[in-house]
Amino acid sequence: MAINELSLDQQGIILLAALVLFSSFSMLAQPRLLSLVNTFALQGLLLSATTVLVALVSGHHHLYLSALLTLLLKALLIPWMLRRLVNRLGLHGEIEPLERPNLVLLGAAALVVFCYYVSLPIVQLSTMLTRNTIAISMSVVLLGMLMMIARRQVVAHVVGFMSIENGLFFAAVVSTYGMPMVVELGIAFDVLVAAVLFGVFFFHIRESIDSLDVDRLNRLSEVER
Amino acid sequence: MNPIFPVLLIPLLGVPLLLLIGHSRRAAQVNVLLNVAGFGASLWLALEVHDRGLVMSPGRQLFVDAFNVYLIVLTTFVGMTTAIFSAPYMEHERQRGRVNQRRLQLYHASYQGFMLAMLLTLSTNNMGVMWVAMEGATLATVLLVSLYRTPESIEAAWKYFILCGVGIAQALFGTVLLYFAASGSDVPAEDRLLWTVLHAHSPSFDPVVMMLAFVFLLVGYGTKVGLVPLHNWLPDAHSEGPTPMSAVLSGLLLNDALYAVVRSKMLVDGALDSGLPGHLMMGFGLLSFLVAVLFLHRQHDIKRLFSYSSIEHMGLMTFAFGIGGPLATFGALLHMTVHSLTKSAIFVTVGHAAQLAGTQKIDHIRGLIRTQPAIGWGLLLGTVAIAGFPPFGVFTSEFLLLSATMKSWPWLVVPLLAGIAIAFAGLFRYIQPMVYGAAPEGQQPIRANMTAVYLHLLLVLWLGLAIPGPLARWFGEATTLIAGSSPL
Repeated sequence: MAINELSLDQQGIILLAALVLFSSFSMLAQPRLLSLVNTFALQGLLLSATTVLVALVSGHHHLYLSALLTLLLKALLIPWMLRRLVNRLGLHGEIEPLERPNLVLLGAAALVVFCYYVSLPIVQLSTMLTRNTIAISMSVVLLGMLMMIARRQVVAHVVGFMSIENGLFFAAVVSTYGMPMVVELGIAFDVLVAAVLFGVFFFHIRESIDSLDVDRLNRLSEVER
Repeated sequence: MNPIFPVLLIPLLGVPLLLLIGHSRRAAQVNVLLNVAGFGASLWLALEVHDRGLVMSPGRQLFVDAFNVYLIVLTTFVGMTTAIFSAPYMEHERQRGRVNQRRLQLYHASYQGFMLAMLLTLSTNNMGVMWVAMEGATLATVLLVSLYRTPESIEAAWKYFILCGVGIAQALFGTVLLYFAASGSDVPAEDRLLWTVLHAHSPSFDPVVMMLAFVFLLVGYGTKVGLVPLHNWLPDAHSEGPTPMSAVLSGLLLNDALYAVVRSKMLVDGALDSGLPGHLMMGFGLLSFLVAVLFLHRQHDIKRLFSYSSIEHMGLMTFAFGIGGPLATFGALLHMTVHSLTKSAIFVTVGHAAQLAGTQKIDHIRGLIRTQPAIGWGLLLGTVAIAGFPPFGVFTSEFLLLSATMKSWPWLVVPLLAGIAIAFAGLFRYIQPMVYGAAPEGQQPIRANMTAVYLHLLLVLWLGLAIPGPLARWFGEATTLIAGSSPL
């Protein structure tokens, strides 16, 4: 289907979804921690905007509530917490360059293609307005994982973790117009608790290894030292 | 009142209560009392399920049938005995200066939070809530793993958090796909995540989507089961946390994650007739079993040793549920019970042994029987039981599993038998010098509460000699639910 055959609403949803995916890519290669957190907040904002548009087009009103929840949690509260932690840990000037950025970004592009391939059977079954973006939601999940693999800094890991959650939420919105409210509230609660615990851990990790580089968490193995 | 509510309400009230009074010396006793009450409530629930066959809450969000009721009873029972053990153990740790009163407050509140998450995972009818509760169980225990604040324990907790968090995210994607599969049929929108509804309608779901959903669910919940290659968090988290945590993680959390996998398989099997989910589980199970068995041979830490033994047994159960069939399923259900009883008993004993020797290093734990026979014999008998010797229950369940394998996949008996033998060798090469041998100079007996250990081992022995009639009927009913018919 060519893009000009789609309705304007659908084109809008695809545009926003593409921007969400773009924010994932830009997080992957962003070396400055504060900019990383800001990009994450932007992704939350875009996600929430997409949800509002989907709610408008599909007429599923409970999605407004999900959009609000996402806005508060993913675009405001968690980025605020992360920014505060980065400042309190004195990391605001910290630059963590990605090793082999070309390889990682090419790998990320390959993952997106892979997601389009995997989601083909789902897309064929769906009759929803948003079906073209299911692959994008899956890509956001996998790019979040790739980010956790490629980067070394704990703050980057947490942003990757939260961006996986973003991808999952996006998947629920575009493939089924959201999950039942009780489940969404539960997930939001879990994410919030996880964010608080991550904050606690930053301090513990720094206290114990005097750094926030996960490569230095390497004491536990089967090999006796 | 619906008999499911008190089971969940007791830990739900326990969390704020222990947060409030957790700093006082009484907190440990209150924790024990709460767990005893929880066990009582679960027995009442079990009686109700026995009479009615199925108990469902009015909104259909909670449901208990023959399969999960026995896991609920097991969870509250092990939770209770571990709490009884934990009270003097943690007091001893406090006197050694490894924890302070504030951390004990966190410990007790998290203990109840963990019980709540476990029981909610088991009793919910909503696949989405099941995910939320499973993630909640990670969150409740992650600060307990790092309770001692040593660099090792913080590393273990971080690994546990990240690996389980990312792993279980896959399960959420699988849940979304389930919801999607259900939206293609005539199931009303608000019922699309209810397990009972999905199970009834699963033949009308699209098989490709269901298979995709199952892969994600298996990888997600499989991470928490400790299936290889997603097992790396397990030995770390089990070895670095306080011992009562190791006992409940190994005895309960792994079972509950496997429960989630089996529930997912039941849904997907209805939509597919290829048996692919079963084959996937068999593959993952066998791989975990064999890898863990080999890793048993290169351990230096006694808790890591038994963590790998847990991976081995979880692999075996996953394999058995994968085979399907009444006999294998019956064996797997029995194995879940005896493994969690034996393993929690072993971890309790190991905790005492480590306190006695002042270290968890295998090389420095020596002469347990000489110094304190109760602990030495407890460790020896526990290991004999977990290695699958008759007349203990693990032998019975492993025998059932092997005969079921012999029937449907005769060649796979060879790696299984070899694995069991290698595991036996791996366990005993370390246990023998720890239990026998001369005690180091100046090793003094400690105050140990071994009641729970011997109670668990007696139950395992009983299950090995003769499974009581009502329990066998329970297992039979659960097997009928999962596999379609009962071997009894």
